[in-house]
Amino acid sequence: MELLNQVTQFVISGLATGSIYALIGLSFAIIFNSTGIINFAQGEFVMLGGVLTIFSLNVLHLPLIAAILAAVAVTTVIGIVFERLAIRPLKNATPLMLIIITIGASILIRGLVMLLWGKDTQALPAFSGTDPISVAGATLLPQHLWIFGVTVLVIIGCRLFFNHTISGKAMRACSFNRRAANLVGISVGRMVLFSFVISAAVGALAGVIIAPLTMTAYDVGVMLGLKGFCAAIMGGMGSGLGTVLGGLILGTLESLGAGLISSGYKDAIAFFILLLILFIRPQGLFKKGETERV
Amino acid sequence: MRRMFAVIGITMLLLCSASAAFAAAPIKIGGLFAVTGPASFLGEPEKNTLELLVKEANAKGGINGSKIELFIYDTGGDATKAVQLANKLIKNDKVVAIVGPSTTGESMAVIPVAEKEQIPLISCAAGIKITDPVKKWVFKTPANDHVAAEKILIQAEKLKQKNIALITVSDSFGSSGREQLKQMAAKRGFKIVADEVYSPKDTDMTPQLTKIKAAKPDAIICWGTNPGPAIITRNLQQLGIKTQIYQSHGVASKKYIELATAQAAEGIMLPAGKLAVFDLLKPTDPQAKLLKDYNTDYKKSYGVEASTFGGYAYDGFQLIAAAIKKGATTPVQIRDGIEKNGRMVGVSGIFKMTPTDHNGLDLGAFEMVRIVKGDWVIVK
Repeated sequence: MELLNQVTQFVISGLATGSIYALIGLSFAIIFNSTGIINFAQGEFVMLGGVLTIFSLNVLHLPLIAAILAAVAVTTVIGIVFERLAIRPLKNATPLMLIIITIGASILIRGLVMLLWGKDTQALPAFSGTDPISVAGATLLPQHLWIFGVTVLVIIGCRLFFNHTISGKAMRACSFNRRAANLVGISVGRMVLFSFVISAAVGALAGVIIAPLTMTAYDVGVMLGLKGFCAAIMGGMGSGLGTVLGGLILGTLESLGAGLISSGYKDAIAFFILLLILFIRPQGLFKKGETERV
Repeated sequence: MRRMFAVIGITMLLLCSASAAFAAAPIKIGGLFAVTGPASFLGEPEKNTLELLVKEANAKGGINGSKIELFIYDTGGDATKAVQLANKLIKNDKVVAIVGPSTTGESMAVIPVAEKEQIPLISCAAGIKITDPVKKWVFKTPANDHVAAEKILIQAEKLKQKNIALITVSDSFGSSGREQLKQMAAKRGFKIVADEVYSPKDTDMTPQLTKIKAAKPDAIICWGTNPGPAIITRNLQQLGIKTQIYQSHGVASKKYIELATAQAAEGIMLPAGKLAVFDLLKPTDPQAKLLKDYNTDYKKSYGVEASTFGGYAYDGFQLIAAAIKKGATTPVQIRDGIEKNGRMVGVSGIFKMTPTDHNGLDLGAFEMVRIVKGDWVIVK
């Protein structure tokens, strides 16, 4: 019974952490799908979401909702500026070059935030209290429910947007074949910009809702970004649901590994899984092997 | 006309160099701190403190009539860079003593340089290896980790807690603490029932703590620096674990209580450097006045409270200044001066350097404190 309770706690903790990874993974996938770029500045969007909310709350004294909206909006603007200044001017760059540019941008953003807001870790107050909730012998916090809720909403939102709106369909068209999309009159440049807007907003939102739990500082983006990247790779960088499952599996395995095997290997487990998948199923866990259409 | 200007110019130049020659030559001191990078929470206050002290000393006309010239470099917490910069300080800037580096790893890398070039090095890192065994040219100002560990275990003994659970961070601070705690716990007859680690960037430690909960310890000792211990404190509250928790001196700042929330941190005990609780000390405490002055000065210059870490650089500079006051100007004289300095009241404690102890601090460097309603209370 004792062990069962423990395992329940491991799984619940894992799912909570996993949904964070899933959200970040989703924002990776959105940009990848319309541009073929893996945006390594994604973790920085997450960090900006948290840091800017705390700034709006503590320095500008905005109410929580307004602070969150402001943070997401500002991060989105940063995403747009980033795309305009760093990605768009390079017309014929290879994806590899663009990826390296995103790494550079992430270092720049991190450095600026460090200079502007210092190096201290800060915490956001929990949205609805810190009284633990008991579930089958395990506990979780109200904030975890917020994370689950927002993740579900974002997944549904993405699904509706990509399958049922013209812009969403146009973005998917770009991911399949940019030139063909261009030929049928889709402005590829605009779609790339859209993808940065959506992914910066989703990243920032993820940063906001996890800040009360994990706290935030200028350098939290690196690890969260990597874990989100793992989740996206597990999901094959594409299908929305695959990435979410990837995140949840990753979080749960980490937590079970730390609890049942050894906490020293927690991160090693995540990166071992990443390597394993890259070797064995580079197309992701849930995707059928892609056939090249000629 | 042009010629006259030239003559005036040359005369003025001559005058300037002449007047410079009349004053005693400035004494050059180097600082090596991790101002940026992961250890910047150490390096930044250290750099600020050293700059503040040198400015104050020079405003008073220097020490013994000699102005102090300060050279500070940022190592970024990187040992390789620290070694390069130490060489630069010694060979290009010709400093007579170095304060720093900030971390144990960097200090261990720089020690061979200081020993070879025969320049006194006053490390601001806590690792016991730095001054044990004693190296001729190396001193350090933070108290050894094992002093803090001992303080915690003595408290646990008092409360008759036998079974101890450890949760330590997987960086050099945590692994050193873990080693010291395990060694000392074995010596004092404690039983370690759980030994968990977490990595510095982890955001959720409930798996480790669930495991600890199942081991039913009498006390949990957590060893790390923010934000880890704050997350652990919140996780403990989430899991409803009511066991006595001890934190290390690594989180002895109000920031920790703020991050962990006062409610979750209630009742936690930790060994704190006296700077954290200077306003609670008895007025007769020999450190009380110095700590208060340091905090006031620091706050005036930088707008934030002084931290224990800045205190390491404070003590390092005071050791050098004390030697200079007694007439030392060369590296050898400064080294000997520090060793024979005798009793010196500092921020980290009361130093008694001897040829066999290049740290000079004992258990008195820490006060055991308990967190009550978001504030420190000294444990009697």
